[in-house]
Amino acid sequence: MEVDKIKNLPKSFLKDSLKSIFKIEKLKRITGFTGVHFNDAEKKLAQKIENYRHVEREALKTWRIVQLSRDEKRPHTPDYINGIFEDFIQLSGDRLGMDDKSIITGLGRLDGRTVAVIGHNKGKDIKERVEFNFGSSMPQGYRKAMRIMEIAQRFGFPVITFIDTPGAYPALEAEDSGQAGAIAKSICTMFSLTVPTITVLIGEGGSGGALALAIGNYVMMLENSTYSVISPEGCASILWRDSSVARLASRALKLTSRDLFKLGVIDKIIYEPAGGAHNNPERMIRIVRSYLKNTLKKFCSSKDFDFKKHRAQKYEAMGFVNLTDRQKV
Amino acid sequence: MEKITCKKCKKTINENDFYQNLKVCPKCGFHDIMNARERILSTADMGSFVEFAENITSVDFLNFYDLKSYNERLSEAKQKSGLNEAIITGEATIKGIRTSICVMDFNFMGGSMGSVVGEKIKIAVENSISKKIPLIIFTASGGARMQEGIISLMQMAKTVSCINRLKENNIPYFCVITHPTTGGVSASFATIADIIITEPGALFCFAGPRVVEQTIKKEIPQDFGLAQRNLKNGQVDIIAQRKEINEVLALLLSLFTGQIPKEENKI
Repeated sequence: MEVDKIKNLPKSFLKDSLKSIFKIEKLKRITGFTGVHFNDAEKKLAQKIENYRHVEREALKTWRIVQLSRDEKRPHTPDYINGIFEDFIQLSGDRLGMDDKSIITGLGRLDGRTVAVIGHNKGKDIKERVEFNFGSSMPQGYRKAMRIMEIAQRFGFPVITFIDTPGAYPALEAEDSGQAGAIAKSICTMFSLTVPTITVLIGEGGSGGALALAIGNYVMMLENSTYSVISPEGCASILWRDSSVARLASRALKLTSRDLFKLGVIDKIIYEPAGGAHNNPERMIRIVRSYLKNTLKKFCSSKDFDFKKHRAQKYEAMGFVNLTDRQKV
Repeated sequence: MEKITCKKCKKTINENDFYQNLKVCPKCGFHDIMNARERILSTADMGSFVEFAENITSVDFLNFYDLKSYNERLSEAKQKSGLNEAIITGEATIKGIRTSICVMDFNFMGGSMGSVVGEKIKIAVENSISKKIPLIIFTASGGARMQEGIISLMQMAKTVSCINRLKENNIPYFCVITHPTTGGVSASFATIADIIITEPGALFCFAGPRVVEQTIKKEIPQDFGLAQRNLKNGQVDIIAQRKEINEVLALLLSLFTGQIPKEENKI
């Protein structure tokens, strides 16, 4: 029965699809009475329903990736740090009154070179998760990150960042201590570094909170991670006025690694072990390690390369505008 | 004479007085949202504004479709605001001192920042760098434009990178926060200005009041994100009444550039 096929569609599609079904039946009845056929019109209406079902299927596929990117069993920043760097030492505090644990910072060695490491930390059990705000950082977290970036800058250490956050923490005290300013300043600091920066998106890349640490000369993204301007739930509740259609928003936002590679926002997709990173964390970490090692080697051997200029040119070229009428300034 | 009701104190006021007072209620001092053209008229010297790149327009490169398509929303916004995009950029003089100026307009899709806003800010920054003149941006924005997906997030990086170059060239950059400035705009070029000026009653925050309320599941203070609270918390430099903004900007421009402001006839 036609109605069975569409009963799982989101509300905004359902109304239109039902109307189409009724119209088709009406046309069929008219055909029964008069013998006049409306094949074209019927085909068009059926196509409309099929389009809705197609969108829903695609949305569910994307939604699966969103869920995978949030999977608690995925390796998180501490797992990558332990598996990738030798002699890692964790550093704490923004020297302004707080240590935000939702961001891990420190120094370590990769392939014999000292590197600065910064990454979001979601926490491994429920107690840690609550303590770290589920990886949502306070302004103090970004200030700590900036402190480590400045150390890296002065001593010439490459900066490696791991991104895994639902977004910056939307709380009263975060706003009062300057969340917006801390994010902007962190982005600005990353742009003024002359050392190479490498970013790996390992899970959720949630809006400004992710971008604050994600200005990389080379940006890599795990196959099943996401990177988006707003969470699909937030987007759905604003644009669709219905947070239950988050899957539609996730499809529309184009937040998967494949879409972002096509848009030129990331430089490399790192494919995960079959079924996702959580199926074989050790292997996943080994893969990321080898990519980081190669990239670092390439960057460190190109002595005259202007990393700062490269970053500015790369990000300032992003955007699609209609330039046909652009006037000369 | 036409009578209108103030949106805040609900008192009846003369329409003429309201507009004479730059869309500020003469009774309670409520600052109503001003559109970009009105802002230029009230800030720049008469006839001094030259607009740049007014014909750059947005492209629906993601084929974004929610309840309406992005293209549909764009043409509605164009009709509503009379502008091609959520920002106008150009060059003007304020009391005789030359400056690049950008004004965002909340009536165009909530002043949201997409590729065009990023590109136009880049154009203004490059104008400032090449002519060695200051940059002033008036912000009014709900944040990044969701219809452009990740590319709108990248505009935060793009604009910050531009402002970073401005800073390295030691060019003064002032930002005037008008109601409301939130999300991606507040977390990018707005908060890294050398001087931040805000209008009284302007909302200036990263996460909006509703989002914060949902997260902490408690009622938030009445003055959340508003100018007074931001001043107290050290997030802004100056609160300036709308009719003082021109004076304040002229003073700052003169202090930073060493030029002497000239009184000129204004509307």
